[in-house]
Amino acid sequence: MEILQLIVNGIMSGTILAVPAIGLTVIFAVLRFTNFALASHMTIGAYAGLIANATFGLPVIPSLIVAFVGAGLVGWLSDEFVLKPLRASGFITTAIGSIALTIGLENIVRFIFGNQMRGYDLPIRRDWRFSGLHISPQQVESLVIAIVVMGLLFVFLSMTRTGKAMRAVADNPMLAAIKGINADRIAGIVSFVGMGLAGVGGMLIGLDTTIDPLVGFKTVLSIFAAAVVGGFGSIPGAVVGALVIGIGEELSLLVLSPAYRTAVGFIAILLVLTLRPRGLLGARAY
Amino acid sequence: MEHYLIAMGVTAGIYAIMALGMNVIWGMAGLINLGLVGFFAVGAYTSALLTVKLGWPLAAGIVSGTALAALVGIGVSLITVRMRGDYLAIVTLGFAETLRVVMSNELWIANGTDGLSGIPGPLRGTLDPHAFNLLFLGIVWTVVAVLFVFLQRLSFSPFGRVLRGIRDDEGVVEVAGKNVVLFKAKAFAVGSGALGLAGALYGHFTSYIAPDLFAPLLTLYIKLSLLTGGLGNNVGAIVGAVLIVFFLEATRFIVPLVPAVSSVQAASLREILIAATLLLILRWRAKGLIPERIANISLPPPTAEARTQPI
Repeated sequence: MEILQLIVNGIMSGTILAVPAIGLTVIFAVLRFTNFALASHMTIGAYAGLIANATFGLPVIPSLIVAFVGAGLVGWLSDEFVLKPLRASGFITTAIGSIALTIGLENIVRFIFGNQMRGYDLPIRRDWRFSGLHISPQQVESLVIAIVVMGLLFVFLSMTRTGKAMRAVADNPMLAAIKGINADRIAGIVSFVGMGLAGVGGMLIGLDTTIDPLVGFKTVLSIFAAAVVGGFGSIPGAVVGALVIGIGEELSLLVLSPAYRTAVGFIAILLVLTLRPRGLLGARAY
Repeated sequence: MEHYLIAMGVTAGIYAIMALGMNVIWGMAGLINLGLVGFFAVGAYTSALLTVKLGWPLAAGIVSGTALAALVGIGVSLITVRMRGDYLAIVTLGFAETLRVVMSNELWIANGTDGLSGIPGPLRGTLDPHAFNLLFLGIVWTVVAVLFVFLQRLSFSPFGRVLRGIRDDEGVVEVAGKNVVLFKAKAFAVGSGALGLAGALYGHFTSYIAPDLFAPLLTLYIKLSLLTGGLGNNVGAIVGAVLIVFFLEATRFIVPLVPAVSSVQAASLREILIAATLLLILRWRAKGLIPERIANISLPPPTAEARTQPI
């Protein structure tokens, strides 16, 4: 029974983890670099949602839209003015730049809001029980939201002109350029959408517990693990990877102390890189 | 004040050792290492534990710390060797974070977050604190000098040329018949060894280490040092490290002068300043104060004889 409960919890947390993992992997697929600034954008999204929810009294769903737009705007601006000029000098410079960016942004949040933990303004509800399983309504709501967000992204990528252009650039940048796709515009949209998803992820994680400026940094290793385990650059891979990491982290509680959650992600990365370096689904599978 | 300057000199020396190590990995071989603090921590903990718990002599502890850090470096580089550099970035970052989590939670290894204190230093009991600091200043800068000479020789040896070749175009080096995997692992070993050495010296100087000290910010400081001094050359690494220590200490005095700012805000302001400086240098002065000098090898013009020969 305990194992079943842990698996249920893992599916819930894994689905939430999938949202920022998709953000990371989309940015990697199109712009060909690992954006370590994901962590601070999760934090920014969580706080943008907090202002909407706790200060202006908006319900959860409108607050999540604020989180998406807030983190997306910061993501677009920081890519345009900070990371884009660095990309010409190679991926090491860009990766280090994105680390510096994430520390800078995280500290701007800390400067404004301080270090104390904050919680969202949510109605208190009793856990549901199904034959011994405890499930909190908030988790189910977050699960549904995460699935809807992923569905919207799928529609965007497969049905809209911009979405198709994004996939074209990811697939073959040169061919896309020949067909007249403006790579600069696509880079902007990818940064907005990718970091927006990170922001939604940050708030969804915060809904379950509390948030502080480290909310992004604390989960970012699990998200990297999800992306690598599933196959870096593949959207279905990010979802599968996130579920594997989510369930793995919960099951690790059977043998390890909760402090080792992040270590599970790292071990998963090492295992996958040794046994199946392209990830479970193989890179670029979408 | 003199006390403070000497301690600052020791810190600058330790930063210089780390910058020299990072220069082999990043500046020469063009590999990324975002987990610098992890290797620093391996050196610090190994040497401290061996000397405190097993009573090993200092030198043996420091050598073991250096060697273990080098071994871990080889392992990390081999795991990602066939992948794009992004994977190395993620694995090194993950390694450092995981090590920090383990050291914070496994109380039996080194007291968890309380840290390990009472780490012996050379002649700490017999000398007064002032003389001890001076002695350590001498030791650290002697290490810097020896390491500098060693790396300078290495850099202009065939080994160094192969590393720069890997950095500039891996394929060409492979075609020339060099074992790229082996060279990358060696570069990581030398570089992480130096990081471990710096960590070991740090522990023996301050007599106290704790997981909090190995936060990712230190990685940023060393990258900043290398970029300021000039990536790819050893003089630049040392000059950069000294300048960055001065800069970091200066922000400590300047930031509290900003009015109406709480202590948390002052600390975050300082980190914002450091991150912004790194970004500005990355953007505008990517070559640093002392740019890497690469010998200009000009090929002799083909002789008339060669030109007339049928191909």
